[in-house]
Amino acid sequence: MQSFPLDLAHMFAGGLVLASFAMLYQDRLLPLINMLSLHSLLLGLSVGWQAHIQGAPELYVTAVLAIGLKCILIPLALQRMVQRMGIHREIEGTVGTGIAMLIGIGLVALSMDLMLKVTAASNVLVREDLALALSVVLLGLLMMVTRRNAVSQVIGFMSLENGLVLAGTGAHGMPLIVEISIAFSILIAFIVIGIYLFRIRERFDTVDLETIDHFRGEHP
Amino acid sequence: MSALAHLRQELGELALQLCQVAFVVAVAPGVTGLIRRMKARLQRRQGPSVLQPYRDLRRLLAKEAVVGETTSWLTRAAPYAVFAATWVAAALVPTFETRLMFSWSGDLIAIVALLGLARFLQAAAAIDNGTAFGGIGASREVMIASLAEPAMIMVVFTLSLVAGTTQLSTMAHVMATGVGLRLSIAMALLSLVIVALAENTRIPIDNPATHLELTMVHEAMLLDYSGRHLAMMELAASLRLVLYVSLIACIFAPFGIVTQDGPAAFLLIAVLAYLAKLAAACVLLAIFEMATAKMRLFRVPNLLGIALMLGLLGTLLLFISGEM
Repeated sequence: MQSFPLDLAHMFAGGLVLASFAMLYQDRLLPLINMLSLHSLLLGLSVGWQAHIQGAPELYVTAVLAIGLKCILIPLALQRMVQRMGIHREIEGTVGTGIAMLIGIGLVALSMDLMLKVTAASNVLVREDLALALSVVLLGLLMMVTRRNAVSQVIGFMSLENGLVLAGTGAHGMPLIVEISIAFSILIAFIVIGIYLFRIRERFDTVDLETIDHFRGEHP
Repeated sequence: MSALAHLRQELGELALQLCQVAFVVAVAPGVTGLIRRMKARLQRRQGPSVLQPYRDLRRLLAKEAVVGETTSWLTRAAPYAVFAATWVAAALVPTFETRLMFSWSGDLIAIVALLGLARFLQAAAAIDNGTAFGGIGASREVMIASLAEPAMIMVVFTLSLVAGTTQLSTMAHVMATGVGLRLSIAMALLSLVIVALAENTRIPIDNPATHLELTMVHEAMLLDYSGRHLAMMELAASLRLVLYVSLIACIFAPFGIVTQDGPAAFLLIAVLAYLAKLAAACVLLAIFEMATAKMRLFRVPNLLGIALMLGLLGTLLLFISGEM
């Protein structure tokens, strides 16, 4: 039996994986954005808890950044974007939900197996947290691969980044400057992606990336 | 002298077991009544009294049972067999006391099997009736059951890995003495709740209050029953709900459950705690059913797939942490 603080940290990390699965399952855009918000909120709570138990005040900044930027600001902006583009309808995955979930479970198993071998020397909970963070990253990648809609690919990217932050804080924190620069580069990336989304839609009348493949001559 | 003490202990366990057997069946219609009442109040209706299911059962038992001319013995035997299998399963789940006479047979897998037997008989009898609705209901029920069962088995695996046994009383004992906050147990809980909703044909899967032929699952199988046969089927359905609530309560919220010898007051507290848990489950279920809409039948596999996935993840995590 482990101590309560580590158990709770573990629960938060597991909650993030579950939220990733929920995002993978959700195939409508607006609820998907809400799930991203929940995902980031869980990340913020997890980082805040880590700051508390590690006694590392700079992690509180990370937690506030996670909640402020990724839980509130970016979802709101995405929501406005989706509504302005008028695409708040069903989105198409390239594979079915069931298969995506199965692949997701496979990825979680893979990351656990990998982490078990790589970090054999360290504490059980640290290993598990790292494995869970890697699964969040992989699930974010899977989300980007299985979705055709550009907006949901952006959401997959954001959840991937949450996984990176989770991994960083679990391993006794990264330097604050790295943290802040990552947070802001994500914000910049979001703005650039947003502008590109509007440009894509202006040019092609859609944000479905499969149709754009035609223009590149990939599907003759 | 020690033989006498042993006999006394045996008799005590038998008495507790018989109490439990009578208790679950006595409380089952009340649970159904409380849920209906809560839902009615949430819809700002007056709603029938909590005791209405008891009155319904009395009325149905007094009525004559009508059986179709083309049916075989199966239709007449099925209501009793379904009720018996469900009752045995419900009596094996510890409600307020883990030291029961038959706890050695109270294996989680045995309980799943007993419920499976009841469901098989119900579906077979529904087909035996030869009416279209029975067939539709049976095929839907079997589809849902075949998806829910693997998820249930995964939950059983997770829990038995944590507790080191599949025996429910021991499991409840282990959980009551505390295993801390575990991610895999949280996943098992979520998964078990989804399975329980599916197995009891509650709202996101099936609406228990509807008789609309497009959507009904459980009710479609009961359309041809009347009188005492219908009473048995209704009581079995209520018992199954009580079974799942007690299962979740004794594994995930074993507060107040009696695990060792003590004054009789503990037993009273345990019964009260159990009743409080039942009431809390009714309230939560009613609120949940008011807040969600029924799902399309073809989306049900997705939901149950999530339950299966959670069970699988829970088992995976336990293997990783290697602290079984």
